[in-house]
Amino acid sequence: MAVIYIDNRPYTVKDGQNLLQACLGLGFDVPYFCWHPALGSVGACRQCAVKQFKDEHDTRGKIVMSCMTPAADGVRISIDDPEVREFRASVIEWMMINHPHDCPVCDEGGECHLQDMTVMTGHVHREYNFPKRTFRNQNLGPLVNHEMNRCIHCYRCVRFYRQYAGGRDFDALAAHDHVYFGRSEDGVLENEFSGNLVEVCPTGVFTDKTLKRHYSRKWDLQTAPSICVHCGLGCNTIAGSRYGQLRRIRNRYNGEVNGYFLCDRGRYGYEFVTGDSRIEQPLARPERSAALERVARGEALQRAASFLRDRGRVIGIGSPRASLEANYALRRLVGPDRFYLGVSTEDYRMTAAALKILQAGPARSPSLKEVRMADAALVLGEDVTNTAPVLALALRQLVHPKADAAAKTFDLPSWSDAAIRELVQDEKESLFLATPAHTKLEDAACQTYHAAPDNLARLGFAVAHRIDPASPAVPDLAEEVDRLAEEIAAALVSAKRPLIVSGTGCCSEAMLQAAANVAWALCRRGNPALLSLVLPEANSIGLGLMGGGDLQSAFQALREERADTVVVLENDLYRRESAAAVDAALQLAKHVILIDHTRHAMAEKADLILPAATFAEESGTLVNSEGRAQRYYQVLLPKASVQPSWRWLGLLNEPASGTADEELFKLDGILADIAGELPQFRPILEIAPPSGFRMMGQKVPRQSPRSSGRTAIDAKENVSEPKPPEDPDSPLAFSMEGDEGLPPPALIPRFWAPGWNSDQAVNKFQAEIGGALRSGDPGKRLIEPQVGAQPDFFQTVPTVFEPHDGRLLLVPLYHIFGSEPLSALSRGIAELTSGRYVALHPADAAAQKIAEGDTVQLELDGISLELPVKIAASLPPGVAGLPSGLPGMEHVALPSWCTVTTILQTPPLAPPQNGEGVGGGVGAQS
Amino acid sequence: MERPLTSNIKPGQPAPDLAEYERSGGYEAVRKALRELTPAQLTGIVKDSNLRGRGGAGFPTGSKWSFVPMGETALRPKYLVANADEMEPGAFKDRVLLEGDPHQLIEGMILAAYAIQAEAAYIFLREEYKQAERTLRKAVAETYQAGYLGKNILGSSYRLELYVHVSAGRYICGEESGLLNALEGKRAIPRSRPPFPQTSGLWGKGTIVNNVETLCNVPHIVRNGAEWFRKLSLTGDGGTKLYGASGKVKRPGLWELPMGTPIREILEEHAGGMRDGVRFRALLPGGASTDFLTEEHLDVRMDFSSVEKAGSRLGTGTMIILDDKTCPVGMVHNLELFFARESCGWCTPCREGLPWTEKILREIEAGRGRTSDLDRLALHARLLGPGRTFCALAPGAMEPLQSALKYFREDFERHIREKRCPWS
Repeated sequence: MAVIYIDNRPYTVKDGQNLLQACLGLGFDVPYFCWHPALGSVGACRQCAVKQFKDEHDTRGKIVMSCMTPAADGVRISIDDPEVREFRASVIEWMMINHPHDCPVCDEGGECHLQDMTVMTGHVHREYNFPKRTFRNQNLGPLVNHEMNRCIHCYRCVRFYRQYAGGRDFDALAAHDHVYFGRSEDGVLENEFSGNLVEVCPTGVFTDKTLKRHYSRKWDLQTAPSICVHCGLGCNTIAGSRYGQLRRIRNRYNGEVNGYFLCDRGRYGYEFVTGDSRIEQPLARPERSAALERVARGEALQRAASFLRDRGRVIGIGSPRASLEANYALRRLVGPDRFYLGVSTEDYRMTAAALKILQAGPARSPSLKEVRMADAALVLGEDVTNTAPVLALALRQLVHPKADAAAKTFDLPSWSDAAIRELVQDEKESLFLATPAHTKLEDAACQTYHAAPDNLARLGFAVAHRIDPASPAVPDLAEEVDRLAEEIAAALVSAKRPLIVSGTGCCSEAMLQAAANVAWALCRRGNPALLSLVLPEANSIGLGLMGGGDLQSAFQALREERADTVVVLENDLYRRESAAAVDAALQLAKHVILIDHTRHAMAEKADLILPAATFAEESGTLVNSEGRAQRYYQVLLPKASVQPSWRWLGLLNEPASGTADEELFKLDGILADIAGELPQFRPILEIAPPSGFRMMGQKVPRQSPRSSGRTAIDAKENVSEPKPPEDPDSPLAFSMEGDEGLPPPALIPRFWAPGWNSDQAVNKFQAEIGGALRSGDPGKRLIEPQVGAQPDFFQTVPTVFEPHDGRLLLVPLYHIFGSEPLSALSRGIAELTSGRYVALHPADAAAQKIAEGDTVQLELDGISLELPVKIAASLPPGVAGLPSGLPGMEHVALPSWCTVTTILQTPPLAPPQNGEGVGGGVGAQS
Repeated sequence: MERPLTSNIKPGQPAPDLAEYERSGGYEAVRKALRELTPAQLTGIVKDSNLRGRGGAGFPTGSKWSFVPMGETALRPKYLVANADEMEPGAFKDRVLLEGDPHQLIEGMILAAYAIQAEAAYIFLREEYKQAERTLRKAVAETYQAGYLGKNILGSSYRLELYVHVSAGRYICGEESGLLNALEGKRAIPRSRPPFPQTSGLWGKGTIVNNVETLCNVPHIVRNGAEWFRKLSLTGDGGTKLYGASGKVKRPGLWELPMGTPIREILEEHAGGMRDGVRFRALLPGGASTDFLTEEHLDVRMDFSSVEKAGSRLGTGTMIILDDKTCPVGMVHNLELFFARESCGWCTPCREGLPWTEKILREIEAGRGRTSDLDRLALHARLLGPGRTFCALAPGAMEPLQSALKYFREDFERHIREKRCPWS
């Protein structure tokens, strides 16, 4: 700890900080632009100037930049000194001479850091009477809007985009007062994290292009803490709505999870909530062959009750994209024996295997913060950029051993960004990637290895064997793979916090086992290895922990006539099993009830559809890949008949209670039931306060104190002020009335503090700047490692992958935009979604005289697909890639052997695109 | 009078080739150093000589070298860089050395590199110095041929590779850390210190950046000794100095004179005094980024400490003379136009403040100035001062402005009062 003096008063601060961090952490308002807690200090904007004094007798002092000056013991500074205040106001003045002052038409207005800092410095009048500089703006694609004239040149965008996120198609161009932040030409930003520019930019240069279509000021939004539903990481978000419409998603800081950043799928995938595919009314068929018709809520419930009369004949199919509450409610409705998880046999097996590894082993599943703090990592089989994007961003931030050492040698503080980068140069962090084909993280990796899934697993087993010879040896290992294994093992062993990342992406249990062996071998040596397993969906782990059969077992129950009625919860079974299998099974069901919010192929098979709430219209709980249970809250009132799945299911469970009395089915009640019945979920009661929680006797308001309040929007129907809607499920109120104090971290509906209207207000919610939220980061881990456990190593090492004569092994390739179905319905994401294709290795293509762009027929397991070809040099020979889950693609169980025949050759027109254009690598945006 | 730096330079004639250079004692210092001196001894001699950096800041050269980490634990490779990005308005001294006697620089670089045990050396050359580039490339090739560069120089275990790098052409590349970024292929923006380039310079390794003239002195110091060098000077700062004069003097040019030669002597004896019909008004003693000096300062000695006492800086030692027939406002406007254009755009005060001052000066010069403009200029002169901007570019740009406001206030006011430039 250090004692620093600010305007002659002593304060104790943590060691290793700069003065800006220290001052902000103490609650002082020091204005800044170029500094960012995740990006460090570079001293460019000169806004955070303070005056430093040599000692208590020094009255002159000198102006220093607080972001570049260590908060060392005994440092004396003044924030209030008139000379430094004048300087800070002048910095704003300089920035403003070219700023267009178009706040009324700027989307940033009202949550603009530049506005806040201008007010903070007291600058009000400018004498600049010359023409302002003008720039030409660029079209950066469907997600990010560009208005360069507003730029104040803090360089944060380019530092985030290039240095933090690894983007290459965006830079600082030109010089002097014409520095331009953009691309060399118009075009879609290639980086998956481009949306963070919207939050990183302190003013309105980069704004949310999707929000523009249904714009609202921040102060007029109802906001609530939410959780992203578009992958398994559970990034914390703030959902904002107005007039019953979801308007946007912003990052919600959680120091343990996503920190300051989201991926573009998470930020921009929300428009499905207001999309054309929403189910807003109960729909039913008068008879099996008739078309779906709207029915009243009461009638829908009556029909459901009649379908469910014989409970012993009902099975429930849950969903890893539905909340814990909804799945539990279904399980209670049908009984544990007749509850199925709604995933394919492969997914089921993979999730079970992952869970078992995390529960039985000594290796801890890391939070994303722990990933960022790891100092060596092996990624085995997973294209994390496309399956768990923010994990890829975290892997880019691994602690660089060289940075660590250099900082010590040169006595550099960790925030001294430019100086540390200079010492590290282009030297890669200890990141090893082993994936079937090229992935976008490779530019950050020190070694990459492309191979068939079995060979990737073999590499993992070989690494484990190198670390601990008690783990099985790998026979017939090629010499270069052995050398690579040795190098990886050495790096992991010498790391202080080694990390192994794998997942279900290759659908290879051997891959998970190999990853577990590596982590466990490290643990046995006393290296506290972290093991991060990527699971595909928002609640994959939650569902796995709940337990139940797979989809094939459900089909079997129908085939064996143990059931004739199916309740399907938020699940498109056609994405899980082959169309033939699903058709055959549903054919056997007398009644199919579908509870979902979005139309998909299942609607054609349902006799009754109950309109479910999306994440934005309900409160609930999701468990992320780390095993962290997190609560999300309703942010808007659903359309008339829409309600949370768990509430529908509660009503179905107790038909006696009739159609009106929903009070029975509150979130608190179902949470208590889950925790009471399933001890593995007991911590979910602690992740957030119950609905009865009050601050100073009041709820936490979803609207800001500056909300415009009433509008005339409903005046055509009713001129009297309606009572704000009730929220029986949470301590949040649909109102601007309530307590404005600091709410418990899980309930923070927005980051705002007096004088801090932008998201930078998060400073005021942290005990230490860039650290945990005050009172701790939200969420509770449901899985803890068995400390000291020494589970037996997995023994089954796959044999060397052999290309089959005439057949190719088809493996899944993932696309951040397109592989996840809900986000793919959002307009911006849809524009960036890749077309269907099959990726072939050049040698395999040449063997059959197939060229890029040819159409081929793929035969596998009785399924036949016609697809255009992309040539991918990074694929191993004998392996072909099929994009996973793209809209319109039939479900194919992968990996699987296939044959390829040409059916249409394209004339040799365009030269082949980038050979690596498979997966979300490059192809997604080409 | 001894003129070690320019004795080989014959205006209008090609630079001496390696053989000629060797005939005049060239590369003797390298032989002596590699055979007789340890790197520490060599650094010690340069320290004793009181050689101070000729790029403008005047930092003692030997001390600078001594900050480079030596021995087994030092990060390798280490680098020596000759800053030949001479872009200071008014300066042309390095050009004369580069074009006139390239081997002198190369020899100085070998010595400096040996002193810090650098493995590689770069000459970072101003883009427009085409003649110098040709001369240097030829000389470097000769030097490799003769075994003064490359592996096992003169049979010793020391090796050095030397590269000529031509800048893409920005003033900020002359700032040593901006130069290093440019050399690495990055945007030429300066770096914050610490760490200093001596410990974390080019590609994060120990690096010395020295001005061309500084390096050219080193062979003579090694050959003739520190004491000889100190005695060349009339004052405490050792050696001779290249002094230049431009403006409406009778004989604009460049002269090697003892360090500390008074301004009046340079102006009147060497530059031949003012041209007929014009009178001396003021001068910038060391290039565009130094404060004006006036008539009262003509007896100031041109060395680092004397010029500083007079309220300006020796800078490059190349004087720009202002006469009574030239508008001082126009002159300052022209200088600020240069600085505003050459700002790298990294820090706010420089990027936005310099163009603002330039625009105000343009308006005043065009007869559209307001009295309040002078306060605005004075405010900028203060707010763009040292420590407030990221590097020294803007503070340097403010030096001629602040002194102009002091010495030529009446001229500024006349522009505003008469709504025109009295000189036009």
